[in-house]
Amino acid sequence: MATLGIIKIVMGWAVSKPATRLYPFVKREPFANSRGSIAIEIEKCSMCTLCQKKCPTDAIIVKRQEKIWEIDRLRCISCAACVDACPKKCLTMITAYSPSVSQRGIDSFVQAPAKPSAQASAESTSPSDE
Amino acid sequence: MTEQLIGIDKKDLTAKAAEMSKNGFRLVQIGCTLTDSFEITYSFDKDYVLHNLRMTIPQTSPVIPSITESYLCAFTYENELQDLFGLTVTDMKLNFNGAFYQTAVKTPFNTGVPTNPEQKAK
Amino acid sequence: MAQRTIVPFGPQHPVLPEPIHLDLVLEDEKVVEALPSIGFIHRGLERLAETKDFNEMTYVAERICGICSFIHGQGYCQAVEDLMKIQAPERALYLRSIWGELSRIHSHLLWLGLAADAFGFESLFMHSWRVREAILDIVEETTGGRVIFGSCKVGGVRRNIDNETLKSIKGRLKKIELMSREITKIFETDGSVKRRMVGVGVLSKEDAYALGAVGPTLRASGHAQDMRKRGYAAYAKLSWEPVVETAGDCFARSIVRVREVYQAFDLIYQAIDKIPDTEVEVKVTGNPPAGSETFMRVEQPRGEVVYYLKGSGTKFLQRFRVRTPTFANIPPMVVMLKGCQLADVPVIVLTIDPCISCTER
Repeated sequence: MATLGIIKIVMGWAVSKPATRLYPFVKREPFANSRGSIAIEIEKCSMCTLCQKKCPTDAIIVKRQEKIWEIDRLRCISCAACVDACPKKCLTMITAYSPSVSQRGIDSFVQAPAKPSAQASAESTSPSDE
Repeated sequence: MTEQLIGIDKKDLTAKAAEMSKNGFRLVQIGCTLTDSFEITYSFDKDYVLHNLRMTIPQTSPVIPSITESYLCAFTYENELQDLFGLTVTDMKLNFNGAFYQTAVKTPFNTGVPTNPEQKAK
Repeated sequence: MAQRTIVPFGPQHPVLPEPIHLDLVLEDEKVVEALPSIGFIHRGLERLAETKDFNEMTYVAERICGICSFIHGQGYCQAVEDLMKIQAPERALYLRSIWGELSRIHSHLLWLGLAADAFGFESLFMHSWRVREAILDIVEETTGGRVIFGSCKVGGVRRNIDNETLKSIKGRLKKIELMSREITKIFETDGSVKRRMVGVGVLSKEDAYALGAVGPTLRASGHAQDMRKRGYAAYAKLSWEPVVETAGDCFARSIVRVREVYQAFDLIYQAIDKIPDTEVEVKVTGNPPAGSETFMRVEQPRGEVVYYLKGSGTKFLQRFRVRTPTFANIPPMVVMLKGCQLADVPVIVLTIDPCISCTER
């Protein structure tokens, strides 16, 4: 009969384990390469603003004087252009995607001011620059 | 991989299109670039080789003849030229008169404002 | 003289993946004329090329459409490489072909599901998309994204796939091929599918060529034309022939897509066997030269797409024009709709595989 083909498939799936998972109780494990969101190791950042220049959606804002690195999570398209461009390799693409939010906001990362080292020979900035 | 590109005058367009249709060419696209004048390119294809005809129209008289006599499928491209660039196409077989491509801003590709930052700086 | 009514079809309609508007002029239940109207999803991406660095424009080009996104990125990168006379390395060309064929398989499986949904066959719709999930998992494993691959760049590809992963992908694809054969056999043999699609929306061979049809719409009417035969990427080195059917009705268009899925599986196996070991990108310096222009034609799952690029000497392109296959398939669709029943309109509109976000950019 003409419709036997689909009946066989449907019956087979009716008695076996379902193809869907019970999200949100069972979460999906992303792959190692999945592009989720951007993470930064702020201590390594040299404030060169190359990531800001390469970002296609202008999601990254670098404030050099205040040593603040900001990203607008809703503008970011997880393309990893900033990861490729960073000379200090302080940006990484992690597999966890940024969660849904109910209003727009910006994630800020502030770099702690550099501690004045014992051999502060070439340093011309005063330690009270905080 | 760029194939031939020949210039053509406005008055020879319909005759040339009829000739292409008789020789078994199919219409691939009609495109327009707006610099100081409208550069309209008609692309035809036969056996994977592209033949392009380029027509230059000054901005002062944006009127072009239609090729829907030989290629009925050109009505989509010519209506798009009318709606996006503000050209006027005469003798079109299926003229929507601005109702084909509905946008919030009329003629969005020809607003008179240069968007190229280099051009803007000039 | 029967009374004429005008019924608006779209822009919101359950069978349409994207919004298009058709004014259907009806006499009782028969369609006499169909007048299309577009512009609901126009984003002006062509003007954006004039203000974005041509390297960053790759990301925008990929996002012209969600279903055929990889091949848009590939076509754009190939066009810029043609402008700047750059030759991408061999392995990058093979990887682009492999991802391109994976993109074709997932697009055709998506379409098979939507076509089944158009005539109410919900279980076939769900099962086609279940098989498609397995393909998307392979894509996410290799590129990082399920739908937007993000792997093409000017000068090559951004990521490599090493040879062990390629071998494991080949093993998994063979299992996925068996799963999809189960589904497509129903398409080919089921009586209810045939009753809705055979003899509906016939496009004759002369009409298909004269009206400028492309892709499976053209190949189902007897013309063997496939832009991959022009030999871009690695297609010149793989052995294959365009898939052709002669009936010209909706059923023939579905069968062309079903056979193209199996052809795509075969092309991927061939490419994995033949892929050479070179690097995957070359460094790109400089800008597209002023006055240079190119027409690049690539075969998307829906047909032939033409990219016209004009360089300006700066890092912004002067003109970026995309002529997508659905735009070229609108006149044949309007001709096919004449004389059909109202209930057949969704099926006919879907068989040209409308991708309206491509059409309107």
